[in-house]
Amino acid sequence: MAAFGTAAGRPLGRGGSPGFRFTLYALLSVIVMYLDQRQHYLEQVRFVLQAAAYPVQLAVNSPPAAWRWIRESLQTRDALRSENARLRSSERDLELRAMRYEALARENGELRGLREALPPVADRWLPAEVVNIQLSSLRQRLLLNRGAANGVFKGQAVLDDKGLIGQTTHVGPWSAEVILITDPEHAVPVRIERTGLRTIAVGAADTTSLALPYLPANADIKSGDLLVTSGLGGVFPEGYPVARVTEVHRDAVQPLAQVRAAPLAHIDSDSEVMLVWFRADHPAAPAPVADAAHELRVGNAALQPQPAPPKPRPVSAAASPPAATHAPPANAAVPSRPSTPPSQATPPPGTPPPGTPPPGTPPPGAPSQGAPSQPPSPQATAATPTEGASALPPESAPPPPAAPAPASSSPAEPDRGQP
Amino acid sequence: MNVDSRGRMFLTVLVALILTVLPLPPWLDVVRPAFLVLTVLYWSVNAPRTGGIALGFFAGLMLDVFQGPVLGEHALALVLITYIAVREHQRIRSKPAIQQALIVFAALILYEVVLFMIDGWTGHPVTSPLRWVHTLTGALIWPPAAAILAYSAGRLA
Repeated sequence: MAAFGTAAGRPLGRGGSPGFRFTLYALLSVIVMYLDQRQHYLEQVRFVLQAAAYPVQLAVNSPPAAWRWIRESLQTRDALRSENARLRSSERDLELRAMRYEALARENGELRGLREALPPVADRWLPAEVVNIQLSSLRQRLLLNRGAANGVFKGQAVLDDKGLIGQTTHVGPWSAEVILITDPEHAVPVRIERTGLRTIAVGAADTTSLALPYLPANADIKSGDLLVTSGLGGVFPEGYPVARVTEVHRDAVQPLAQVRAAPLAHIDSDSEVMLVWFRADHPAAPAPVADAAHELRVGNAALQPQPAPPKPRPVSAAASPPAATHAPPANAAVPSRPSTPPSQATPPPGTPPPGTPPPGTPPPGAPSQGAPSQPPSPQATAATPTEGASALPPESAPPPPAAPAPASSSPAEPDRGQP
Repeated sequence: MNVDSRGRMFLTVLVALILTVLPLPPWLDVVRPAFLVLTVLYWSVNAPRTGGIALGFFAGLMLDVFQGPVLGEHALALVLITYIAVREHQRIRSKPAIQQALIVFAALILYEVVLFMIDGWTGHPVTSPLRWVHTLTGALIWPPAAAILAYSAGRLA
């Protein structure tokens, strides 16, 4: 049969006995797994493989797409006319609401004591078409027809017009895989809008429900409560609707309440979704984007330097506390190192020799040195998956350095000025 | 003949891959057999030199790209069962279809056990019993699938 002459055809692993080849390939796959899981060296490889897989995914989706197209083109005139009327009325509705929105935004700005109303936190939107769907109880993913070529990055929020859908997990050049909020592996930090109580909503293995497993039995929650994103966790901004509580079950013997919620987004019927870029310096933006994304990939090596409290506000009054918390993650993960920056801040003459090397190595101008030396190290590592694509959106790349820059450079200045 | 048979092999693997990633409604998705694994097993048993362990590795890598949490997970599982299939290919080939289906069932269970363990180690545990359903449907579909693959290999034509 086909048993002859193949040995010369391929050099790799063809020659040896099955046992040898087995060892070779098993070792290879273990190495690949290790590199992918622990070291994250294989983002590039995944990127290429995802590109190679895209045609197959497109082909696989073509029958449903063709069916949709046929159905749409066979729609009757009446149906189109009624849909048109409905859209027109809803547009009027939205316009009226938008008129109010302007006024409310201004009023909100005044109430917060800010001089001008803040721009909306969502900076840029990109509609994307759902190319492939995996909806099983084990795995719920979408494939979108936008990728690194459009500036999509890993860990980007995906919404539809009703609410949150998920976030991107793998980004290829022209496609991106989205993990849905209902995937059993996904968890969203949420806030109950009525009470402000924060908790976590995890996927409940079917497309129509989320579970809130970490609420005590006496928590103030009831059916009908709206869950919005809490802005913690560093992926989703604050205040976007996620789900509505459908079922609260309190068992006298259980310490925790069993709560189910139904996602607001039409997760199982959407054919078009929105990829969103957020303003990094906005108060409602996902708090420490760089660190959280870094942690998502690398795992939490040290919990202590998590800079949750110092939200990167553009105000210079909050300059000194962020400096202390920003320094540890930037300098090193070594536990002995983070103790130096605070001590360096208090006794300026004695400590500069040990303290200066990290900030002193790039000697250029004082205001600019804070930016290259301190914050980028978490950001650079966090940005690697997308930077490999060399297609980081220009809108999202500059803001992160801009936000911590005033915070970290201003305390560095007095440091140099005192001695 | 050699190149031709290899081309056919890749064609069947591609078709199996498409069947594996084709979007299906959830209830059908649970019972969907692992077409790609079955195809690779078939080639490992019937053309252990052309197919075999290398084919298992690369097919597994493709599966990882489409649905693996970690690159190399399906590759390792497939390398393991293709190794067994290649080693025992003469014994498996001589068995009647029903017994072959039983062996395939055992192989699929082993495959899923490996995936299950790697899922657990890498922090993506999926403990739903539904993940084991496809081993049964895979074994059930083995006799017709093997017949179709044999036809595609030009044995019956």
